[in-house]
Amino acid sequence: MKKYQLGEFEEIVLLTIGVLFNEAYGVSIKNEIQTRLSRTVSMGALHTALVRLEDKGYIKTFDGEATEERMGRPKKYFQITALGKKAMAYSKATRDELWNAIPKVVFKLEPLAGR
Amino acid sequence: MRLFRWYARPSLVNHIEGDLIEDYQQRLKTSGPLKANLGFAKDVLLLFRPGIVRPIFEFNSANNLPMFRSYFKIAWRNLLKNRGYSSINIVGLAAGMTVATLIGLWIADELSFDSYFDNHARIAEVMLDQTDKGIVYTGPTIASPVEEPLRSKFGGDFKAIALCSYANETIVAFGDKKLVMPARWVQADFPEMFTLHMLAGTRQALKDPSTILLSRSVAKALFGDADPMNKMVRADNRHDLTVGGVFEDLPQNTTFANTKMLMPWHNPQNWNFTVTDWDNHSCLLFVQLADHANLEQVSQKIRSLPTPHIKDWKEEITLFAFDRLHLYGSEQLNGEANNAHIQFVWLFGTIGGFVLLLACINFMNLSTARSESRAKEVGIRKTIGSVRGQLVGQFLTESIVVVLAAFVLSLVLTQLTLPFFNTLANKQTTIPWTSPAFWMTALGFALFTGLISGSYPAFYLSAFNPARVLKGAVKTGRLALLPRKVLVVVQFTVSVTLIICTVVVFKQVEFAKSRMAGFSRDGLITVYINTPELNTHFDMIANEAMRTGAIENVARTSQSPAHFGNNNSVEWRGKDPNLVIFFNNVAVTPTFGKTVGWKIKEGRDFHAHTPDSTSVLLNEAAIKVMGFKDPIGETIVFWDKPYTVAGVVHDMITQSPYEPVQPAIFLPDGWMGVILMKLNPALTVQEAIAKLEPVFKKNNPSGPFEFSFVDQAFGHKFASEERIGKLAAFFTILAVFISCLGLFGLASFVAAQRTKEIGIRKVLGASVTNLWQMLSKDFVVLVLISCAISIPLSVWLMGDWLEHYDYRTSITWHVLAGSAFGAFAITLLTVSFQAIRAAVSNPVKSLRSE
Repeated sequence: MKKYQLGEFEEIVLLTIGVLFNEAYGVSIKNEIQTRLSRTVSMGALHTALVRLEDKGYIKTFDGEATEERMGRPKKYFQITALGKKAMAYSKATRDELWNAIPKVVFKLEPLAGR
Repeated sequence: MRLFRWYARPSLVNHIEGDLIEDYQQRLKTSGPLKANLGFAKDVLLLFRPGIVRPIFEFNSANNLPMFRSYFKIAWRNLLKNRGYSSINIVGLAAGMTVATLIGLWIADELSFDSYFDNHARIAEVMLDQTDKGIVYTGPTIASPVEEPLRSKFGGDFKAIALCSYANETIVAFGDKKLVMPARWVQADFPEMFTLHMLAGTRQALKDPSTILLSRSVAKALFGDADPMNKMVRADNRHDLTVGGVFEDLPQNTTFANTKMLMPWHNPQNWNFTVTDWDNHSCLLFVQLADHANLEQVSQKIRSLPTPHIKDWKEEITLFAFDRLHLYGSEQLNGEANNAHIQFVWLFGTIGGFVLLLACINFMNLSTARSESRAKEVGIRKTIGSVRGQLVGQFLTESIVVVLAAFVLSLVLTQLTLPFFNTLANKQTTIPWTSPAFWMTALGFALFTGLISGSYPAFYLSAFNPARVLKGAVKTGRLALLPRKVLVVVQFTVSVTLIICTVVVFKQVEFAKSRMAGFSRDGLITVYINTPELNTHFDMIANEAMRTGAIENVARTSQSPAHFGNNNSVEWRGKDPNLVIFFNNVAVTPTFGKTVGWKIKEGRDFHAHTPDSTSVLLNEAAIKVMGFKDPIGETIVFWDKPYTVAGVVHDMITQSPYEPVQPAIFLPDGWMGVILMKLNPALTVQEAIAKLEPVFKKNNPSGPFEFSFVDQAFGHKFASEERIGKLAAFFTILAVFISCLGLFGLASFVAAQRTKEIGIRKVLGASVTNLWQMLSKDFVVLVLISCAISIPLSVWLMGDWLEHYDYRTSITWHVLAGSAFGAFAITLLTVSFQAIRAAVSNPVKSLRSE
């Protein structure tokens, strides 16, 4: 049984929130992912992931200031919760474990693996 | 943007919108307005996904239980707070549901008639179509020779074929135990075809012509706990039969409910067995269709089977589905059934529906009336944060709680009234406590009623605007009162119509009962000659019985004066050869006239002591048909034998009390199977019977002394009408009760609402009478309107019903006026109680309260 539910895109969003630290809100997360990973992110996909993460308790939100370019709509900032950190750590640990378990020889034979 | 606002979850709207706008601004800077617009639209469309779209119902909190508990708590408190209204509501609804349940059970019983037999869907009865001079008679009684060609020529279409006689009262004796029980002669396939539940022996037992099958009750009565198998019993003191099996008694709702014993067709004692004439119609024939056979097709194939054998009229046979037998009637004249039950199913179904409708109307009326007083509650609830859905839930819960309470009460009431209802309806229904179908229907029905009757207050009230309600601005105008008034009118229209119908039914029965009989039925008893001894020892019995002083007169006759048989073989001088007319024909001994006490109009009675075997007596109706001016001495021919008319008797009512008297002919010879005795009026019935019994016991040792009263037998002819009348009375009383309950509730509510108005009026000098008039007027007007609707309605309905009877009462104005006045009086009484209470109350009290 999976201990922590965390999808691939969710993980990226969660990591990005961590990267942005106190500056993580909708548009900034989107831009950060787009520049760092050079993949386009739709607003819909992002917000769905955010809602889901919040439902799972991995992130929490607090309301921020409203700026002129948002036509008075408040920002909503995201922060990783302790549970979120655990989930990230768990996810990383499992991956590392898997990495370590791969025999060295696999990497050496990599050119052949593509056949 | 608006699209997004419409579909998005409220809690997310603001900041996502902010993000969208910020993104848009950025794109505007980097790639121009067109791309920015497109990107925005694309983003909005892509946002349309499960996590973001708001749910259809606002509340999907994981745990609804506390809310439901609150609903129930509030509902319960409301019920307790308004005890009066609640009990009116619950009792009224329970009464309606009880009626609906009783009628439902009755209808289910009627519709499941004969379903006890496993093969009921594949069984058909062979029916006879006789066409003679334009009249088509269809009936179940066929001639037994029909069976043989069915077997030999059309055997492939049938799985089984079984002839079956009518049920005859048969004496069955074992040792010194004797019983008179209805028995049928049946062919060997019969038990298998009707899948009798055998408790001992096999269904094949009747293949041996000397066996008998007994029902469990007969076996128990004859043998007690001993094993009945292979014991010898004696039937009618004539022949012995071996018990070949015991079957479970057939339930009341089957065609063969009265059949307690089955005897083999091929027994030589079965006189039906010896019949070879194609025009001797004496028995019934049932067939079970083969799996591939179609009823219509087979029916067409066999149709003309008997036609070539009958010269005098056209005779055909058809198949009639066994399932339809009970509901659609087996005997038809020109295609019109005369004993169909389906009309009763419709009639009672309609009445039941109406009574339940009345109860629901009550419920709705009271809830809407009370809704005004709960408007403030709604306002406050909304202000505190209730949403519409919750209010709807609250009101629906309340109505469902009431309905369920009523449902439980109605189950209790049904159980209590069921025995009474069963005697009324001549049924043996029980509540099927263990049947899931029953519970599903009943509960589903209850919930449906709750939802329907709770829907109006629920949706109407929850739509109130809280600010206006709390300011007291919501006033229901005239328009809001209209539906309530319409409902009251509907209620009373139904009630008054039912009252009138019931009165008319009873009047018709009374009318027919009070019809002059032309002879005296009092103290007449009949004994059927069912053993050889009763026949041979008749003179001895008659003499000894006269000597005891228990009877005044004794005679033998072919039929009980409670009902005569008839046929059309009477010929007379100048008879129109095309005329088909049925004469009651009764063979009597000379003392018959004195025994029944008939009145001779012309001529003479039969001679008692000199031979008089060529004289006949006719009744007035017969003379009218024959058209004789001076009938005495005329010759008439009955079954090819000439007789001389010796006298004319006054008409006697022996057939249907609703029809004109049929022509009758009294003959001095023929088979006479009934002993008719007039008890001595100086003795009580018990004394007379006690004296008679030893006489019969002595001269007829093989049979029990069984007799029946002519007046009782005749009384059965009113049974159907009396039953309808009693049931209708029962339903009417309930309908009126329910309507009055509703009216009572409504009146008390109106009075309560107008307390202040009444107080002010009193202060200004209005008298109690004035106030009483004011409060009652509204309701009285409504009842008058319903009377105006229901009088023509019921005149039309009952006129139709009375059409069935040739001898019928008329719907007089005083029946209508009486019924209307009755309804009116009841209304006034109900309303006045409340009105007067409100009117006499002290105005100081009602005005001081604020």
